[in-house]
Amino acid sequence: MKMSDLHRRAARCMVSSRAIKLGVIAVMAASVQGCFEAPPMDTEQVGFRGVGMWSTTNPDITEQLVALNQVPAALPATPAVEGAPKAGDIYQNVQVLGDLSVAEFARTMATITQWVSPEQGCAYCHEGANFAEDNLYTKVVSRRMMQMTQNINSEWSDHVGATGVTCYTCHRGNNVPEYIWFEQDGPVTAGGMSGNSYQQNHVGTEVGYTSMLSDPFSKYLMGEPDKIRVAAQNALPMRGETNNQPTQALENTWSLMMHMSDSLGVNCTHCHNSRNFSSWEQSPPARITAWHALQMVPEINNDYMTPLQPIYPDHRLGSLDDAPKTNCATCHQGINKPLYGVSMLEDYPEWKGPLEGGTLDAPDYTAAPAYGDPNAVEPESTEPSASLVNPETSSKSVIQ
Amino acid sequence: MAMLNFEKKYRVRGGTLVGGDLFDFWVGPFYVGFFGVTTIFFATVGTLLIVYGAALGDTWNVWRINIAPPDLSYGLGFAPLKEGGLWQLITICATGAFVSWALRQAEIARKLGMGYHVPFVFSFAILAYVTLVIFRPILLGAWGHGFPYGILSHLDWVSNVGYQFLHFHYNPAHMLAVTFFFTTCLALSLHGGLVLSATSVPKGEKVKTPEYEDTYFRDIVGYSIGTLGIHRLGMFLAINAAFWSAVCIIISGPFWTRGWPEWWNWWLELPIWS
Repeated sequence: MKMSDLHRRAARCMVSSRAIKLGVIAVMAASVQGCFEAPPMDTEQVGFRGVGMWSTTNPDITEQLVALNQVPAALPATPAVEGAPKAGDIYQNVQVLGDLSVAEFARTMATITQWVSPEQGCAYCHEGANFAEDNLYTKVVSRRMMQMTQNINSEWSDHVGATGVTCYTCHRGNNVPEYIWFEQDGPVTAGGMSGNSYQQNHVGTEVGYTSMLSDPFSKYLMGEPDKIRVAAQNALPMRGETNNQPTQALENTWSLMMHMSDSLGVNCTHCHNSRNFSSWEQSPPARITAWHALQMVPEINNDYMTPLQPIYPDHRLGSLDDAPKTNCATCHQGINKPLYGVSMLEDYPEWKGPLEGGTLDAPDYTAAPAYGDPNAVEPESTEPSASLVNPETSSKSVIQ
Repeated sequence: MAMLNFEKKYRVRGGTLVGGDLFDFWVGPFYVGFFGVTTIFFATVGTLLIVYGAALGDTWNVWRINIAPPDLSYGLGFAPLKEGGLWQLITICATGAFVSWALRQAEIARKLGMGYHVPFVFSFAILAYVTLVIFRPILLGAWGHGFPYGILSHLDWVSNVGYQFLHFHYNPAHMLAVTFFFTTCLALSLHGGLVLSATSVPKGEKVKTPEYEDTYFRDIVGYSIGTLGIHRLGMFLAINAAFWSAVCIIISGPFWTRGWPEWWNWWLELPIWS
């Protein structure tokens, strides 16, 4: 229901008192219609009958999500030729993918372009005639992202299974994945303790639109993550004996869980029987997969995302000058299994793990030179392209 | 059993809804009537089915007895007796007993020449139950969406169904229902306290008149709703509590599948600031 329709209905209401009544009813009905969905719904049972563990989904919404989360057609595979020259032997400065044949290497570069910089093309990472040169920050970042992808697929199969991830899982044709997060400094207030909202009481677009802690990520997904140990072990928990957690720890946990649920398009009963959240015996197996994610994502942020901070130009950093970071939504994007669980690894085996001669070791970025910025090369366009997603506008677009 | 002196004039025959004078008599102080018989029938059969269901289960611990609805895969069809069929029969019996009771109340109201206030208000409690176990399951396409019959198991169901919507306190109708329930309790406690104090007088004194009660509340809050008004208010609050309870669960699932916090995004999209 568009607002203009409402205005038109409202204008029509001026005709007579009867029309006003009808108009008011119509506007109210239209508002209600806009706020709600309509049956039939799809339901899937998770637990034993009658326990109330199931998911209810709207087939209309599912249809949109399915359309948004399709794997792109794979580029034709290059024929394997015995003794074909390797990229690492032919090209200079190939640190991660050197074991690929020259043809495979070209195909990989083409897919990365298609997945990450379809508009800017090769020039997004390679400036000038010498493609071996590390003169743009984007090239240095993408090399680290390749290592991260190989690390996730080889070390974190407890979470990503055999499906694995590729650049496309997060990027989806965008230079910067649409769902990333930065640390928050909170809104400007009068100051003092009463002026500090502690990131609460605002709409947290990344925490299920609740008014709870809007950035649980700094606590649970980076640094030394907080442990989620908020459930009491007995009735009437005695502080200091069975549970030392303050009430805030529970809210922070809930906030993180809102993010997980919303990012995966699932509800709490996907992983928990809410009669006892902490009990593993009563939890669906999906909770184990999620637990591994809570170990994996801090590693991604600590070892891959945060160290790249000195490399980025200012416009890629958050308001606290921190590097863009990963949370559940970065890969999942509203789906329980990213891209509906379709694996791209068979088409792109180079991402399954580190290749011969490749390394996963992190370079030292602290003494990094000033890299070029491919976005600065282009003249400023008045209309930002859809792929250059600003995190602020992207979080707003989630609302709409 | 002795009959109160004024009771005789209320024992009038006729005014039945169906069946003429079938069962139109009293047993001791109790009116029977056609719907009294159907109430007893459904209540007895339903209770025996619950006992049978408990016997099939693995516990006689009254807290843990659980008679669960069918798997969702049975849809709106009948399930085998031991796999939710019992739940379906018990639901039919419960609904039959509750509706019979309301109709019996209506018949008694007709005999007494009073309004239908009592069956009308009771029907909201029936509405809340029927919404949970019949209307909502039909809208979602499976009887399995009803709540299980068991003291603890139905609480687990409430908890899990609430968490299907991430944070049920953001459900707008739930907010209204909870507020009406609490306000009902507040009004009842204020009213009960007032009546008890007005009637608890020293031996030999007469109980206080409503003027005393009015004066008390006018002193405290500047207003007294009055002896009749408090019952109208109580009825309004109680009806709304039950009505919005039914609304809050019928919209959860059939008319909203996402987290309830997200529903409030219409507020963010108001043209005033968006």
